[in-house]
Amino acid sequence: MSANGAAKVEPAPKLIVRDLAVFYDGKKAVGPVSLDIVGQHVTALIGPSGCGKSTFLRSLNRMNELIAGCRVEGTVRLDGDPIYGPGIDPVAVRRRIGMVFQRSNPFPKSIQENVAYGLRIGGVKDAHEIAGRVELALTQAALWEEVRDRLNDSALGLSGGQQQRLCIARALAVEPEVLLMDEPASALDPIATAHIEELINELSANYTVVIVTHNMQQAARVADYTAFFYLGELVEFDRTDVIFTKPSNSRTEDYITGRFG
Amino acid sequence: MTAAPGAVRDRAALAQTTASRTRRNSVADSVMAVASGAALLIVLSILAVILFDVIRNGLPRLTIGFLSEAPRNGMTEGGIFPAIIGMLEMVILMTLAGVPVGVATAIYLHEYASPVSPVTRAIRIAVANLAGVPSIVFGLFGLGFFVQFLGAGIDKVFFHGEKVFGQPALIWAALTMAVLTLPVVIVATEEALRAVPRELREASLALGATRFQTVLHVAVPQASPGILTGTILAVSRGAGEVAPILFTGAAYFLPQLPKHLSSQFMSPSYHVYVLSTQSPDVDATQPILYATVLVLLLLTFALNVAAVVVRSRMRRRYTGATA
Amino acid sequence: MIRANTSREHTNREYEQELRRLREQLLLMGAKVEEIIHGSIRALIDRDSTLAEQMIGVDRKINQLEIAIDELCMQVLARRQPVASDLRFLTTALKLVTDLERIGDLGVNICERVLELNGEPPLKPYIDLPNMTREVQEMLHEALDAFVAADVERAQRVIARDKNVDAYYTQIFRELLTYMMEDPRNIFRATRLQSIAKYLERIGDHATNLGELVIFMVKGKDIRHAGKLSDAG
Repeated sequence: MSANGAAKVEPAPKLIVRDLAVFYDGKKAVGPVSLDIVGQHVTALIGPSGCGKSTFLRSLNRMNELIAGCRVEGTVRLDGDPIYGPGIDPVAVRRRIGMVFQRSNPFPKSIQENVAYGLRIGGVKDAHEIAGRVELALTQAALWEEVRDRLNDSALGLSGGQQQRLCIARALAVEPEVLLMDEPASALDPIATAHIEELINELSANYTVVIVTHNMQQAARVADYTAFFYLGELVEFDRTDVIFTKPSNSRTEDYITGRFG
Repeated sequence: MTAAPGAVRDRAALAQTTASRTRRNSVADSVMAVASGAALLIVLSILAVILFDVIRNGLPRLTIGFLSEAPRNGMTEGGIFPAIIGMLEMVILMTLAGVPVGVATAIYLHEYASPVSPVTRAIRIAVANLAGVPSIVFGLFGLGFFVQFLGAGIDKVFFHGEKVFGQPALIWAALTMAVLTLPVVIVATEEALRAVPRELREASLALGATRFQTVLHVAVPQASPGILTGTILAVSRGAGEVAPILFTGAAYFLPQLPKHLSSQFMSPSYHVYVLSTQSPDVDATQPILYATVLVLLLLTFALNVAAVVVRSRMRRRYTGATA
Repeated sequence: MIRANTSREHTNREYEQELRRLREQLLLMGAKVEEIIHGSIRALIDRDSTLAEQMIGVDRKINQLEIAIDELCMQVLARRQPVASDLRFLTTALKLVTDLERIGDLGVNICERVLELNGEPPLKPYIDLPNMTREVQEMLHEALDAFVAADVERAQRVIARDKNVDAYYTQIFRELLTYMMEDPRNIFRATRLQSIAKYLERIGDHATNLGELVIFMVKGKDIRHAGKLSDAG
């Protein structure tokens, strides 16, 4: 049974990570991590600040290599296809694995153009197709009803929670298989956060979601699986209900019960 | 609960030092306010004196006719219309030649060049030095390289030695100015690119855009207020400089408007220079001189205001901020 | 000093204190319950009606503690959102309280029967009842110790001893039956004694529950109704 009670498909790994390690200027930031991300479920990465969870997340769509001096070792396979390797184009990887960031970052364009951005740079030219896919993405992001009459207005005029949903729609428009979310609700008020969490719940039916959160209760509410990172290592990974009722590792226990530091 | 006598004493002493510190601070504040106010007053009054003098002497002569007629009678009558046209043509050519090169250089430096490579460092040093070169040196460079080398070469190849481009020409003046204002455009563009929030670039890349697409569709549009400001400042400079166009294309009096790239042209700034140093009749040409200066000042002022307005209007559009 | 569930303390000191207070209250309640059982059997053997009345008074204190501990648990649940071991501790505490309160009530029931018996001459010398009581008392004590020490083995021993208590009950019941069949005038006293034995047997069951709760709290494994669930499934 999933977090929202519906019967789920037989869990199969979508992303298989083996011995992944990330180095900045020769210093190891996280790893080696081995982990199976289950498809069409939500996996949360939790841990104290600086534990490497964000670094790990960003290595899943090769966003880490944008930082100078970054080196990645190990393998990540998406449905069996390796993400890293000579001749593998990071741009192609990022079309299959999308990302939503902590602070919403809509482009200073219209709502329509924001969502259509990924499509246009991907070569889609037909206006009809673009309009259709924009509407679909906004619907999936639970934003369509609120913006259908002002698609040409600037995206910067939306509220914080709406902007974040817009960024989610923008990522979904490209139809990725996996959606990575780096603390997507941490800059939002509780009501907007609740909307985002509900959205994540709905999205997990069709997408594989990996979310980094520093809010443990959010992980408990939203995720089917939880991975606990500490000091650059993966300490424990299991079903969320197991992690939060009887974790195997005492460090996990200490962290989630507030016995740290 | 009463405090011990010692504590009361300490508290009183503390209050006193705090009060005297506050007094000292407010004295310092007042001194600062007075000093900076006085400095502002001095600067403003100098500006006021200049403006007053120019306006008093130039405004009477500044009529529609002045702006639309050609000079007559040895520069003692008529207007400066050809000079305005000449300046416009030169500035347009300068912008067309210089801005793309400057913007492209800045994009290369900021987006693609490795920060530690010696080539990058060399380019940056070159740009910095270029900004410090005196404008007369640019004029001489323009003369030597553009007019006498390139121009003569073109003449030899395309015009069988006939002197077409191997002499002062609109195109060479424009190119010289373009080189002069290059640093302004490069620096302004790079600043603007640097100010593009990293999150926007990341958002674009995370959607599967290449670096080039991100630069083209996100970074450059976001930087366009800064680029535009840089361009306007370059134009403002180009309109006013005399030395670079001295040997490369400006002329004191021309019977016709410049029609070809190889034509010479008149310019208000050069006009002012000649009127004030080589005028045949100083008293007669003085009003024209003042009026031309006024035109130049108004133009510079207008361009700077335009730069500020453009910048704030576009900034609002790109950040949603109201400042 | 009560040993905490892990060797570290909560970063939030107030939280730590709340949990400590909760443990103290639980142990106080446990001590009161032990007192009631001890006192009620003493009152039976010594035919001491005053003591029986006193023990009924102790039950009032037990009920007060139940209310106070439930309130404390609610507050901690609402404010601290406990997880993992803390969550198990809290849910265990809530159930513990229920079992202890029931034991207290059973102690009162014993005292009420004692008061009735003291109005008549003793039926027989009491041998098995004190032994049964000792067994039950030790079970309860071990269960509470197991809770404090988070000791799974101790808890399992408590669970194992329940069959002894059941055996005692069967034996006492058989003996009392013979007395009742012998002479109808014995029936009044025999039934009262049988009730007391029944109460003790139920106290034994509650102590067994405590043992199972301790195992759940420590290991996170719910071993209640073992065997019966799979039969139904």
